[in-house]
Amino acid sequence: MGWQGKYMKRNTAYLGMFLALALICSYVESLIPFYFGIPGVKLGLTNIVVVLLLYTSGAKEALAISVLRIFLAGFLFGNPFSILYSLSGGILSFLIMYALKRTGKLKVVTVSTAGGITHNIGQLIMAAFVVENANIMYYLPVLLIAGFVTGFLIGILSQEMIFRIGDRIGR
Amino acid sequence: MKKRFGKTDILVLAIVFAVLSGIWIFTSFIIKEEGADVVITIDGEFYKQVSLREDQEIKISGDETAANILKIQDGKADMVEADCPDKLCVHQKSISKNGETIVCLPNKVVVEVKSGEDAEYDSVAR
Repeated sequence: MGWQGKYMKRNTAYLGMFLALALICSYVESLIPFYFGIPGVKLGLTNIVVVLLLYTSGAKEALAISVLRIFLAGFLFGNPFSILYSLSGGILSFLIMYALKRTGKLKVVTVSTAGGITHNIGQLIMAAFVVENANIMYYLPVLLIAGFVTGFLIGILSQEMIFRIGDRIGR
Repeated sequence: MKKRFGKTDILVLAIVFAVLSGIWIFTSFIIKEEGADVVITIDGEFYKQVSLREDQEIKISGDETAANILKIQDGKADMVEADCPDKLCVHQKSISKNGETIVCLPNKVVVEVKSGEDAEYDSVAR
């Protein structure tokens, strides 16, 4: 076994741990009746894991964990629809965060805030397709603000974690 | 000490926040007309249109398995029961203004307030 095999082994163990962490975050969030009077608003604790991986391990790893987490959490605590909504939000926000990070001009907080906002946009677009009614875009303004706030909070938490333990995780 | 916020970040965050708040304030001001009817759709298909002026309870059921109960009282529509697991639509506040909606995603039910005229138009267009 060469160094590549060793790296793979180490990486698999790491990613497995992060996937478990993301699932725990999902579980904790499903326990908290986090309700603001608007459907679809969540704190998005699991995004800490995604942001953390994006900055410490890499884009591929972050995307893989995000998608796997969505499917597993959907099977465990949700329903087929929650998978669909989370998936569209998760992938859109990931792409935006990745693009913004690549510019190299923005800090973690801003990247995460953009992720929070676009996550809600992605989810709402999918919801509009599923119910075949564009009128639910009525929620968009509130969801955008909610995404900003939650994304910002998650960004601060993620940034602190990256500063403190970032060099000990990942490659 | 690592830098947590750069100048660009503060600028971008401030602009984005201002724009989003602007959209929010703007839309909450333009949508304040009291509606006349509620239109119920299931899976994008027109289901029923009822007046907000009569107090009543409507059972919304596309097929035999999924059902919601919508209550209309004092010119406001409120989802009082749903057989979905999350019950987000039940928690939602009652609606009465033009364009406001209650959505039950698992059952694909959308309840929307409309003014008398465009409600009829929409039900035909679908």
